[in-house]
Amino acid sequence: MDFGLTEDQILLKDTVRRFLDSECPTTRTRAIMESDSGHDADLWRGLVDLGVAGLTVPPEHGGSGLEILDLALVAEEMGWGATPGPFLGNAMAIAALTACDDRAEAARWLSAIATGEALATLAVGEKIGTWDADLLETTADGGALTGAKSLVPYAGESDVLVVAARDADGPGLWLVERGAAGLATTPVRGNDMTRRLDGVRFEQTPAVKIAAGRAAIDRARDIGLVLLAADSFGGANRCLRMTADYAVTREQFGQIIGAFQGVKHQLADMATDLEPSLSLWWYTAHALDHIPDKAERHAALAKAHLSDVYDMVVRYAIELHGGIGFTWEFDLHLWFRRALFNRAFMGTAADHRRRAAALANW
Amino acid sequence: MNLSYSKEYEGFRRDVRQFLATNWSDADRASAPEADLQTVRGAMGGGVRTDQRATEFRKQAIERGYLYRSIPRQYGGGEQPPDPLKATIIAEEFKRAKAPFEIMGQGPSMLAPTLVEKGTEEQRQRYVERTLLGQITWCQGYSEPGAGSDLASLRTSAVLDGDEWVINGQKIWTSNAHEADMMFALIRTEPDKPKHDGITYFLIDMKTAGIDVRPLRQMTGEEDFNEVFFEDVRVPKDSIVGERGQGWLVSRSTLKHERALIGNASLARRTFDGLVAMAQIIEVDGRRVIDDPVMRDRIATVEADLLAAEYNGFRLLTLGAKHQDAGLAGLVPKLHSTNLVYKVTRLAMDILSDHGLCAPGEPSAPDMGGFSTAYMWYWGMALGGGAPNIQRNIIGERGLGLPRNV
Repeated sequence: MDFGLTEDQILLKDTVRRFLDSECPTTRTRAIMESDSGHDADLWRGLVDLGVAGLTVPPEHGGSGLEILDLALVAEEMGWGATPGPFLGNAMAIAALTACDDRAEAARWLSAIATGEALATLAVGEKIGTWDADLLETTADGGALTGAKSLVPYAGESDVLVVAARDADGPGLWLVERGAAGLATTPVRGNDMTRRLDGVRFEQTPAVKIAAGRAAIDRARDIGLVLLAADSFGGANRCLRMTADYAVTREQFGQIIGAFQGVKHQLADMATDLEPSLSLWWYTAHALDHIPDKAERHAALAKAHLSDVYDMVVRYAIELHGGIGFTWEFDLHLWFRRALFNRAFMGTAADHRRRAAALANW
Repeated sequence: MNLSYSKEYEGFRRDVRQFLATNWSDADRASAPEADLQTVRGAMGGGVRTDQRATEFRKQAIERGYLYRSIPRQYGGGEQPPDPLKATIIAEEFKRAKAPFEIMGQGPSMLAPTLVEKGTEEQRQRYVERTLLGQITWCQGYSEPGAGSDLASLRTSAVLDGDEWVINGQKIWTSNAHEADMMFALIRTEPDKPKHDGITYFLIDMKTAGIDVRPLRQMTGEEDFNEVFFEDVRVPKDSIVGERGQGWLVSRSTLKHERALIGNASLARRTFDGLVAMAQIIEVDGRRVIDDPVMRDRIATVEADLLAAEYNGFRLLTLGAKHQDAGLAGLVPKLHSTNLVYKVTRLAMDILSDHGLCAPGEPSAPDMGGFSTAYMWYWGMALGGGAPNIQRNIIGERGLGLPRNV
């Protein structure tokens, strides 16, 4: 029994933290936020070189073959740094490709993704708030897709889209390549400018079916949920530490504000809700590889809980900073925007609790 | 991370079952009273068996290393390396077999480890094993009318007179003082020293002349805590743990164990499982409470927080086994888990619907009024061992590097 990280996992976290600290200070983040694409190819190349893109790609396809917990630890660091870029959609696409039926197609793309030659994303959600594989309206017929997806991470920047759709046999996954006929992407103006989303339309778009049934779709969703939970923890932890640091430097009424119990107790409440939540997403990430009967329900609960905690922590963080926290120049709103994204993307806390209740067979 | 029940653990579970089948018979099982699990008192160890048969069994279980695993064998413990999975298996199997388990409460959970850390060899031999077996019961003499959150300002005094200390003063909120054999207490022995340096840690026989215990009634209606008055109470010179004036340091060790005792999620888990079962039975307007979408959302909300508390417990055990500092993860559990008890018990009350009106013991209520007792006991847990705002000070100062209050 060991509920902790290995030395390799701690090293992985440290490596990503150090890289992001030196390569992606918030000045660079802001430049990426203000760019058209929201994607900095050099930054992504640096992360690919660290092995981030291929972390969970099986070794036979050029990846590291690590576990979902390792991937979630990277997501935590991305959350800590409010790191911009296509990590999330790419990781969910890898999850879908790894779980799909067509090994040859998957192999081809996984190798390219691991080396950074190709960028991938996952397209599931349709309209607003529809993430259930049984409710998909995008249809496949004779090797062509028709339909629309509303919120696809970095679809316009991706070389391949892993698309959840349905045909006569029910739900499944299809691959659509960049530049395919009838594929159109439209950027969505989002509050979180560090993680871009596109609306995507398919009009008789050529596509290759790689999975039948909803298992691969659900697995990719569950991995996405735990990555959002980990990102939420990393971001909330950053907000807590930034605020604690601020509380021991900012002076009012002739003393540092951290000496006021009102401030101290608010910070303590943030820590009290936040710190134990780490273990919930750790467990969930571990379950996705090792405890299959608990994975789906835990992923739902973890996403819901961590998005609630992030919301509470970032609210207090901004309050405790006072007026500076409400300015554009001060960085806190970058994390507030991440919290907004993590809360709304792939279904709200209430949506996931509804699923968790159904899965419990109460 | 490794949480799998490997062959080793499956084998361990078989061993525990075999041990229980051999040593705790059907007749023993039938004679074991049902623990009152809906109450904090029950969860904290109230109503456990300490008769001769139970003691004989516990000794066998300790000998096998199943109980009191963190206490060395030479002092009557099971002495095993920390292993949360094994501990979980033992707890599950003992519960299934209705076999006597570790006695919780302040003696075994707080004083015994404190004596192992700070006591003299004579004190360890004299008290630890008998405390673990429930043969000596303890109460904690810390708070005073004028010394609550500011505990170090306590004024009950002891003066050395020949070979004896003479104690005068008053303690308050002393749980179980009316039943306890002994008290561990903080008492001022060096009135001229700064307040933290003038306190000594005492072990006092409650039958000593001059001790007057007067019960206080809690909001639950029960009488579990007391005022304790000391008037020229004479105890032997060697009744102290640690050096004169070092009592505050010794008590820090005890408080750490108290935070761990209160700061685990087992009561919240038991109440949670109970409320889910209740929500599947109780119907409001012809619909099971568990089928109400609002209640489902509330139950799942609390469950996620509860799972976080439980897995944080796994994390702390792992850090402890590796002798690593837990930082914030070790400081927040008391506040987090008592908050959780509040959320869980309040939710249980709402699930009871109109039955929530019923007082403890009301036979028409599906819970016999037990949840309302648990709900009220939340405050007992939140205030015992340092009120919530004291916990917030500790978390802010030791966990987040904020300055001490003036």
